[in-house]
Amino acid sequence: MNLIEVSHLHKRYRDHVAVEDVSFSVDEGEIFGILGPNGAGKTTTVECVSGLRKPDGGRIRVAGVDPVGERDRLRLILGAQLQSAILPDQIKVWEALDLYASFYPNPVHWPDLLDQVGLTAKRDARFGKLSGGQRQRLSVALALVGRPRVAVLDELTTGLDPQARRDVWELVEQIRRDGVTILLVTHFMEEAERLCDRVALIDGGKVAAADTPAGLIAGVGLDQSVRFRPSEPVDDGVLLALPEVHAVTRDGAHVVVRGTGNLAPAVTLALAEHRIVPGDLRIEQATLDDAFLALTGRKLQ
Amino acid sequence: MKILAVETKMLLRDWPAPLIVLALPLGVLLILGSIPSFSEPNPDLGGQAFNDTQMPALMLVLSLLTVSLTVLPGTLATYRERGILRRMSTTPVHPMRVLGVQLFINLVLGALAAVLLIVMAKLVLGSAIPKQLPGFVLVFLLGTAALLSMGLVIAALAKTAKVAPVIGSVAMTPMMFVSGMWTPREIMPPVLRTISDYSVGGPLAAALRDTWAGNAPQPLHLVVMAVAVVVFGGLAVRLFRWE
Repeated sequence: MNLIEVSHLHKRYRDHVAVEDVSFSVDEGEIFGILGPNGAGKTTTVECVSGLRKPDGGRIRVAGVDPVGERDRLRLILGAQLQSAILPDQIKVWEALDLYASFYPNPVHWPDLLDQVGLTAKRDARFGKLSGGQRQRLSVALALVGRPRVAVLDELTTGLDPQARRDVWELVEQIRRDGVTILLVTHFMEEAERLCDRVALIDGGKVAAADTPAGLIAGVGLDQSVRFRPSEPVDDGVLLALPEVHAVTRDGAHVVVRGTGNLAPAVTLALAEHRIVPGDLRIEQATLDDAFLALTGRKLQ
Repeated sequence: MKILAVETKMLLRDWPAPLIVLALPLGVLLILGSIPSFSEPNPDLGGQAFNDTQMPALMLVLSLLTVSLTVLPGTLATYRERGILRRMSTTPVHPMRVLGVQLFINLVLGALAAVLLIVMAKLVLGSAIPKQLPGFVLVFLLGTAALLSMGLVIAALAKTAKVAPVIGSVAMTPMMFVSGMWTPREIMPPVLRTISDYSVGGPLAAALRDTWAGNAPQPLHLVVMAVAVVVFGGLAVRLFRWE
């Protein structure tokens, strides 16, 4: 079932068009990513979905609710973690959760939520004393305290160190296991590849492509490469005979095979048939970054 | 009303700000008020002593100006800049509540300053407790409402959180002048006194002093303050941005 439907969303500000024409739909229980460079219209899109901005055109429904006409109903089913929204320095972690819980008719028992985001030890700490990762985890908790069906998470891990980023990613996966549908805005392809079931690539206010991360990469037909040191000399012809292989080059003792599709299994299988063991095997796959570049002619970051 | 509880706790944790609002006018009152000649009848004030009404009423005006024009706009502009108001507007509770709570807290802070000043002026300087008390309370409420409305306009106009209290401080100086902080209204030249009569600070100071001395406030002064509430309140409603 489509929990979020966006069709032909258009939004302009006084002097420029932020979102030209964006359509996508998100299934219940999915983590859907909106990926694109800064200024592509990602945040404006989710702000319209969250009922914070009024679209100039198009149609949005969240669980059948119109974010413009039925704001009050939307508030009960959608929790938002906004880009760079921060709390007053003086508020304590538990007070923030307790306060936000009081805004909703049927909130989560917030001490459990505190535990879930790993902030129980920081219960009495002031917001101003929290690290970036702790702030983001609190922010996620606040977005979830009203038992939303949909959580919008905007630039969740920007500015976090790698460890904190991984902690937040685990948290997001855990939330999805609890049945919350997640709309995730990011400009990190690594984040999108790791977390998202499907991704919409947005560029210049339009959807360049939408698919699973693997589908997007495969769709643009970019080469992958398999690099290995063969235990016995290999005949290029053996490899070139494989339909997946486009080219074979040599780099000292190493063989580099380029191609598409299920390249690595095909190559290793062919080598095994000739009783050759691929040592130092490394597989380099195209990334969402590469796919984005191929689709839009632009780099993601 | 969890918002009120949390906002109050945060204010107390950030205690230097409210302390300055309360302690600075009180300190000035006690230091300047202890100058012996300030307790003697002064012909410039029509036979009143400085400490009778001029000193305590003007220090109350100073407190109210500080609260309304710097503390309130500073807090609201910070909340807006940090996205706190916007964040709240994604919940079922409108950020208007935070604004209402902030107005209430600052009104209470002003009332606290009034009580402290009245009590200390009585105990230390021998000033009277406001003799026309209901009138005094009315003037206090009306004047504070007018100043808080001006504070909301400042919060609406300030582009950043840092600039809001700066605008407030700049606005405070002429307000203090027209209220008679440096030149008591009695000895102002007629033109200046007329200007003072029509600027919010002048009517507030004059009406506080009138009721303190046991007289009725002048209708003109009440009208000017009421008009200020409507005008600045209306402007604030039109100009205030939640993000």
